[in-house]
Amino acid sequence: MKMKTILAAGAMSVAAIAANNAHAGAVIDGIKAKGFVQCGVNTGLPGFSAANSEGKWEGLDVDVCRAVAAALLGDAEKVQYTPMTAAQRFTALQSGEIDILSRNTTWTLTRDAKLGLTFGGVNYYDGQGFLVPKALGVSHATELDGATVCVEPGTTTELNLADYFRAKGMSFEPVVIENINETTAAFFAGRCDVYTTDASGLASVRQTMAPNPDDYVILPEIISKEPLGPAVAQGDDQWADLVRWSLMAMIEAEELGVTSENVDDMKKSENPSIQRLLGVSPGMGEALGVDEEWAYRIVKQVGNYGESYKANVTAKLGLERGLNALWTDGGLQYALPVR
Amino acid sequence: MATSTQLPPGPSGTSSQRAIGWVRKNLFNSWFNSVLTILAIAFVVWIVPPIFEWAFVKATLTPSIEACRAVSGACWGFVNANLRLIIFGVYPYDEQWRPLLAMVILLGIIIASLASVKYPRLQKLVLPMWGLGIPAIAILMWGGILGLTYVQNSSWGGLPLTLILSTIGVVFAFPLGLLLALGRQSHMPAIKTISVVYIEVIRGVPLITVLFMASVMFPLFLPEGVSIDKLLRAQIGIILFTAAYLAEVFRGGLQAVPRGQFEAGDSLGLSYWQSMRLIILPQALRLVIPPTVNSFISMFKDTTLVVIIGLFDLLGGVKLALRSDPAWTKYYVEGYLFAAAIFFLICYSMARYSAYLEKELRKGERR
Repeated sequence: MKMKTILAAGAMSVAAIAANNAHAGAVIDGIKAKGFVQCGVNTGLPGFSAANSEGKWEGLDVDVCRAVAAALLGDAEKVQYTPMTAAQRFTALQSGEIDILSRNTTWTLTRDAKLGLTFGGVNYYDGQGFLVPKALGVSHATELDGATVCVEPGTTTELNLADYFRAKGMSFEPVVIENINETTAAFFAGRCDVYTTDASGLASVRQTMAPNPDDYVILPEIISKEPLGPAVAQGDDQWADLVRWSLMAMIEAEELGVTSENVDDMKKSENPSIQRLLGVSPGMGEALGVDEEWAYRIVKQVGNYGESYKANVTAKLGLERGLNALWTDGGLQYALPVR
Repeated sequence: MATSTQLPPGPSGTSSQRAIGWVRKNLFNSWFNSVLTILAIAFVVWIVPPIFEWAFVKATLTPSIEACRAVSGACWGFVNANLRLIIFGVYPYDEQWRPLLAMVILLGIIIASLASVKYPRLQKLVLPMWGLGIPAIAILMWGGILGLTYVQNSSWGGLPLTLILSTIGVVFAFPLGLLLALGRQSHMPAIKTISVVYIEVIRGVPLITVLFMASVMFPLFLPEGVSIDKLLRAQIGIILFTAAYLAEVFRGGLQAVPRGQFEAGDSLGLSYWQSMRLIILPQALRLVIPPTVNSFISMFKDTTLVVIIGLFDLLGGVKLALRSDPAWTKYYVEGYLFAAAIFFLICYSMARYSAYLEKELRKGERR
């Protein structure tokens, strides 16, 4: 009897602590106290997060962190970056070394449920594709039976490749090379018919490494889903909300045609959606626990999603919007209603 | 010992005759050696001009991607355009004079300390220099006081990071390694066991594993909210790792000191530490200068492994620069050659200094 009481009391206090963690806003308080957002980024992935020649971090993933900082702290520059390798990233989030992980991380069930992460949305829809020389005369991946394929070992890329060919009843010969520079060099030297990696990677390789980019074509088939997005640790729901809605505000701004250039004029707009987004009609900021100008600052300082995409992904990698176009343009980017 | 034998008479004839004689005697003295000589010359002729042409004649230093595309040789413009990113990593651009100054101070202290072997007057200054220099470097790098803006050490990078990691590594690994070596020789079972286990465990795992444990596993064992700095964890990992190797090097030196020397110390009534300090260690350490420097050089190069835990040393700086703009990615050979040149320069200097030190310390024996 007594044992049971103790156990029950123990269970209750554990529950109380858990509940406490969920509502305390510990991460937000910490960020406000130190005055910056600690953001985990990739150690170098052009277009997503890479240091420019002045050592300043730039990219689509970096802009998510900047947007959150603009919303919470009022200044998009109040971000400190911690470059992360793939192996480190989740530990760093769990141990509180970083506040937000914005490092081309694929949103999967196990990561969401098992690793104690909360994803804040998808800022880039990627997927694995194939790059072939035009001279090969292939226009669909289903025609690749018997091809030699250049691929990096130990990645999901390699597994997806095997899955795809097995499912289609085709055979292939892998050419496995550890180093990405050597893999692409081997491909452009003609050692294999096909090079496979994520579509964004294919585009950048074609753009930068090919002797003549027009001689190569990316096949239309995408054989895996890689929705990439920012993640935070579970336990501070208010923080997770802020990250999610900062990203949504960027996409919503694009849907509404609000850009960093016209945002001041747009404040005078009669459109109620724009008025809500920019805080002209109040309520949104209060609900998130920030002031009403939060989204105005995001658009003003960072830009809307389309602007960020164009300045980073299109400028660096020459990639068009594709899957990442707005849903109104046939893409997948769809902002949840800010109301 | 005075010598009375005369030197053999030197070869006579003009210098060109002598040169031909030397060549005949050393390079063409049998058909096999003749073939080898010709092959070696052919190899050099075959390999050197194209490399020279690539690296100098057809190369460009202009820091623009267009200039690099226009030439068929090396694109040193890549290094030129990204020099500050390679050398200083992502340290805030406007504040990069600080790591530069810190680096100059650090190198100054190191050179002064090394030179004190030759100039005894410097010896008194060595400790104060380190005592003042290290805090000065820390203030410069971190800032936060004296009107300097605070810079997180996750933003440190490039050559200053490499130098700091390896210098601090040497400064702490050396005494720790010495203690472990003495511990392993100790007659006290507990100390001996601890030392042996430590040395064998650390030597049994690669540095990459130590760094990985320090950066990925270790934070999980800490209570929530407590996080030890990433750079500090890497630094401690490097120190612990190097100390284990140095301990074995020092043990070799201790074993090479004749037993009589230990007994001499005892019979003079010196305590354990006195006889170590005055008699044994000076001899033991001098004997192991080459392997000690060997360990330092290999540690210096091993610091590049911190790139796997997301810190950018000099080599990481090159990688950062390669990814700063996809257009540069093609020119990785130039970037890596540049880093290799800096590493070679530093490692070669260490090797030369160790040779000098050996000569200098052996003066006593030659008399």
